[in-house]
Amino acid sequence: MTALVPLIVCLPLLGAAIALMLGQRRRLQVLVSVLSLTAATVLSAVLLVQVDRFGPAVVQIGNWEAPWGIVLVVDRLSAIMLLISALMLLGVLLFAVGQGIVDGDTEAPVSIFHPTYLVLAAGLFNAFVAGDLFSMYVGFEMLLSASYVLLTLGGTGARIRVGITYIIVSLVSSLLFLSAIALIYGATGTVTLALIAERMPDLPADIQLILGLLLLIAFGVKAAVFPMSFWLPDSYPTAPAPVTAVFAGLLTKVGVYAILRTQTLFFPDNQFSMPLMIVAGLTLLVGILGALAQADIKRLLSFTLVSHIGYMLFGIAIGTPLAIAATIFYVVHHITVQTTLFLAAGLIDRVGGTTSLSRLGGLLGSAPLVAILFFLGALNLGGIPPFSGFLGKIALFQAGTIVGDPIIYVLIGVGALTSLLTLYALARAWNMAFWRPKKQIKNYSSTMSASLVEDPQDEGIVLKKTISPLMVGATTAMLVLTLGLTVFAGPIFDLTTRAAGNISSPSTYIDAVFPNGTGSIGQRNVGTNFEGGSK
Amino acid sequence: MSASLTLVILMAVMYAAGVYVMLERSLTRVLIGFLLVGNATNLLIFIMSGRPGSSPIVTGTSVDDMVDPIPQVLMLTAIVINFGITALLLALIYRSWWLAQLGDEGDTLTDEHAAESADQADNAFRSSSDDDDAVAESIDEFERGDGATSDEDTDTQKTDAAGRAAASTSAASFGEEDPR
Repeated sequence: MTALVPLIVCLPLLGAAIALMLGQRRRLQVLVSVLSLTAATVLSAVLLVQVDRFGPAVVQIGNWEAPWGIVLVVDRLSAIMLLISALMLLGVLLFAVGQGIVDGDTEAPVSIFHPTYLVLAAGLFNAFVAGDLFSMYVGFEMLLSASYVLLTLGGTGARIRVGITYIIVSLVSSLLFLSAIALIYGATGTVTLALIAERMPDLPADIQLILGLLLLIAFGVKAAVFPMSFWLPDSYPTAPAPVTAVFAGLLTKVGVYAILRTQTLFFPDNQFSMPLMIVAGLTLLVGILGALAQADIKRLLSFTLVSHIGYMLFGIAIGTPLAIAATIFYVVHHITVQTTLFLAAGLIDRVGGTTSLSRLGGLLGSAPLVAILFFLGALNLGGIPPFSGFLGKIALFQAGTIVGDPIIYVLIGVGALTSLLTLYALARAWNMAFWRPKKQIKNYSSTMSASLVEDPQDEGIVLKKTISPLMVGATTAMLVLTLGLTVFAGPIFDLTTRAAGNISSPSTYIDAVFPNGTGSIGQRNVGTNFEGGSK
Repeated sequence: MSASLTLVILMAVMYAAGVYVMLERSLTRVLIGFLLVGNATNLLIFIMSGRPGSSPIVTGTSVDDMVDPIPQVLMLTAIVINFGITALLLALIYRSWWLAQLGDEGDTLTDEHAAESADQADNAFRSSSDDDDAVAESIDEFERGDGATSDEDTDTQKTDAAGRAAASTSAASFGEEDPR
């Protein structure tokens, strides 16, 4: 069973290598990437069942024991993240394949799309299974490097412009992360998560503060937490629709996962509760106010993405097992619903020719299915009962009221307001794009005319941008998944509660990595490193 | 913990200079800033290995004299990652320069090699290998010392080769202007 853990990283990498060699043969390439992601999905489902039943799976790479070798750990939280991201990656890949088939081979994402996408998947999986900070860094770098390539795919002017901003922001956050790793190594003498978790409480409080804040800033940039969220709404919307969808669904959540993991393991006393609360509130408000001002669906969705990161931070800030369980549930809900909405926005782009709200109108008649897809996704994100968004938010608020600090009540108010404003922003977008008649648009000129081209084979004129059944099918499947989260919310919440029980006491994690205790490990550096400074 | 003061100062200067340069508008300077900050971080990792010592090879060194090897491993990995990202950044900076030179046309022009078919690419390689053969041949003849009679011959062969080389280079780099 433990052999499956490295396999989940190796399979996509192997697939990437094969897909790269098959660069000239598109159909085989598609087959390879779909197969490897399907295998990864199956693997992570098996892992989740196994881990839930028998406890965390720990692999010491090359049989080097934990503090010296690289260790991979899959506990319930990791397994949940693995499964949901594998499902998303597979769904978005099918959407991308559908889009490629519609566009024809000349317009299809160039032959590096599939290998890069698989490397992104491998990096993502690696970050989730990493048992030490440095492998987590390597996983981050893998997925970020792949994301740089995917964001600048095709190398057009607009993409290069936003791509460079995105890359530089990500690089700075990676360097901060690396510096944090160096300082943590200096302070505790190890990079293994479990051993840091054991040694961190012995450090002086001010050093803990510095290390914790440095980690929070590094992950905060990746998770797009206010005030480090400025880069996201500018960079995501320019990428091709499937790429935006996978970035929006997964990349920010890796940051959230890293915050969740490090906060619960290293700082079980929840020292950073107050700053996290304040940042969460600001992220919620600033994000959603930004969304209200947008006239483009993709930009609007990017702002709601930033805003809803605030809910997850809120849960981490409360820090009780119930709150952590609600956070994990919210992460799962948000990954699926945000990906679905971005895919739906991609479909709107196809049927309406644009995603600009000032030029869209009357799509309900021409594309009723897309209208339903977007509408249900919007209701879900806005937190209308009985959807999973409502359940996640209620769980968070309930966990907050049990603790019952004044600031928590303030945040619950902010959260409820954000939920309403989300609904308002998305309903407005839906009304403008689908409901209002075309006559109401001033100076209406069909944007579809731009996508009419002369067919090279026939003499007629054909529509270049259309939607294929595969694209609609993939989006519908995602939507069904979000509805499934609603229907099976009970068992899923039980699972996330068990996962939260796992991680809210670090001893479970430490015992899994060091079954024989940590007594035999030399105390080389512990605490001595910084004594020189204080003497 | 004992660390060399020189290294600490060097690291601080590199961090400061790197951050300063990174704030410039020019992308090349941002890249230089990134390199400086990246290497400063590597130095930070190195400083965290504590006191200096002998190489951590198990045979012949007592454990107490060894230097801590883990920071060096981490540094090596970080250096390799930074190297790869630098290459990608350079490519992007070149691309953005290329787009800036062409203005709005940049988006409409196709890739340099997009018009080339596999056969054409093969031809370009074949002709360049023909050139290499021709040059090698002429050098051989010169070394054999065929005398003054073959001098002109060698010259014409050389110019011929140079001409063909130039033709193949232009075909490769300006593929979009190629009538083919």
